Amino acid sequence: MPFSANSYIIFIIVGIVIAAVLGQSIYFLVKALKRAKQLGIAGSVVKKTVSSSAVFTIAPAVAVLLGVVVLSKTLGVPLPWLRLSVVGSLSYELIAAQNTSEPLGIGSDLVVDPSHYVTILLVMTLSIALSLVLAPIMTKKVQTGVSKIGMKDKKWGEIFFNAMFLGMISAFLGYVFCDVTYLSQGFAQGFTPVCVMVVSAVVMAVLGILSTKFKIRWLTDYALPISLICGMASAILFSDLFGGFEITKEMLEGVRA
Amino acid sequence: MKKPATYMDSVHRDGKIWGLSVAALIILVPVVLCFVFNALPDWQALGQGLLATLPMYWAVGLIEIFTYVPMLGAGGTYLSFVTGNISNLKLPCAVDAMERAGTKPGTEEAEVISTISIAVSSIVTTVIIILGVIFIVPLQPILENPVLKPAFEMILPALFGGLGVVFISKNVKLAIPPIILMLALFIFVPALNKSTVGIMVPVGVLFTLLVARIMYKKGII
Repeated sequence: MPFSANSYIIFIIVGIVIAAVLGQSIYFLVKALKRAKQLGIAGSVVKKTVSSSAVFTIAPAVAVLLGVVVLSKTLGVPLPWLRLSVVGSLSYELIAAQNTSEPLGIGSDLVVDPSHYVTILLVMTLSIALSLVLAPIMTKKVQTGVSKIGMKDKKWGEIFFNAMFLGMISAFLGYVFCDVTYLSQGFAQGFTPVCVMVVSAVVMAVLGILSTKFKIRWLTDYALPISLICGMASAILFSDLFGGFEITKEMLEGVRA
Repeated sequence: MKKPATYMDSVHRDGKIWGLSVAALIILVPVVLCFVFNALPDWQALGQGLLATLPMYWAVGLIEIFTYVPMLGAGGTYLSFVTGNISNLKLPCAVDAMERAGTKPGTEEAEVISTISIAVSSIVTTVIIILGVIFIVPLQPILENPVLKPAFEMILPALFGGLGVVFISKNVKLAIPPIILMLALFIFVPALNKSTVGIMVPVGVLFTLLVARIMYKKGII
């Protein structure tokens, strides 16, 4: 069959995999909904979980879609569609594609050689294969081990989970500040993520206070997506103010030159 | 007499079946395409590409299992490790849902809420990407508009600013040490940036657990 990175046959194969992944999500959703009823979790709580999770997902999902657009210029549409619907994220896939494109000696134009195409796809697939296989094999063992902690000492069990969440959040808060020291070299771009984070945090805090004071329940349900959108919108303003949102290698090399 | 299977038993059983089946499907895609297009990979480039990519991804993948399973719950893990985008989408979504539902992490109620939240998030993401693929031509200039670029690039700060307020305000004492450590590391170690933040998540988690244990034993928290 003649090769094209946008061949209908690739669309069909990718479509089958995505349908299976969608099937898995629907299966677990139905299973959890039934269990929620058995556990006596209020219908209103379940409904709000569904609606606010859906609303929250929209903005990050559009960003994932942007990744499909970026990668489609080199790899056609169906492959990025698969890679970003399943397992991957743009940064992972870009690194995998770049690490393979270099030894193949190809640039960022659309791949026209089927051998190059399957080579890139194999690197992407094998690189994430371990996570795919390990999750079904190890989840039970890890979870059983963790649940024993909670059973032995309830209070410590609660602190344990809070500590995990805080550990993760602190890593991302640290990353937000990673470029601020470049101000000494004349680059203020590193302050864009800091200001975006502050805007998002302030919006979240204000919404929290408003919903408690005036008893506006829906504000609590949609506080995270609202603070996310406000933060993202403020990024446009701060990026304009600080001349960008990141420090690139080229900028630093320009200074050294 | 054999004990009847609990909900959690069935989640693990179904998760294993679904997870391994979907993994097999995904791994088969490049093999099938080799046959369809009658093409073999460039073995040398494949080796070089794998050498440059695989060790880091596999190491991160292994650590992620231990870091994310307790936070996502079982159902959430089986779904998230297939659909991806964990730290920038699935985990914040689940954490926020569990917090709002008032469930305690580690309980079956939290497990159910986390699964519902991640399943909905996965379905919505898949549907949005399908719509995006169908309408890619008219959407491309909008998505790639340079004015919007900072908004899409700054999702993580916008996400963790809001989420941070909720968790830090509830655990101020415990939050201070990891935040100081991470700020110091990210500000003063140039190698730490957006692409290495994933590796620093387990470091932050382990450090916070250690600090939490000490504070708990000393009666500080």
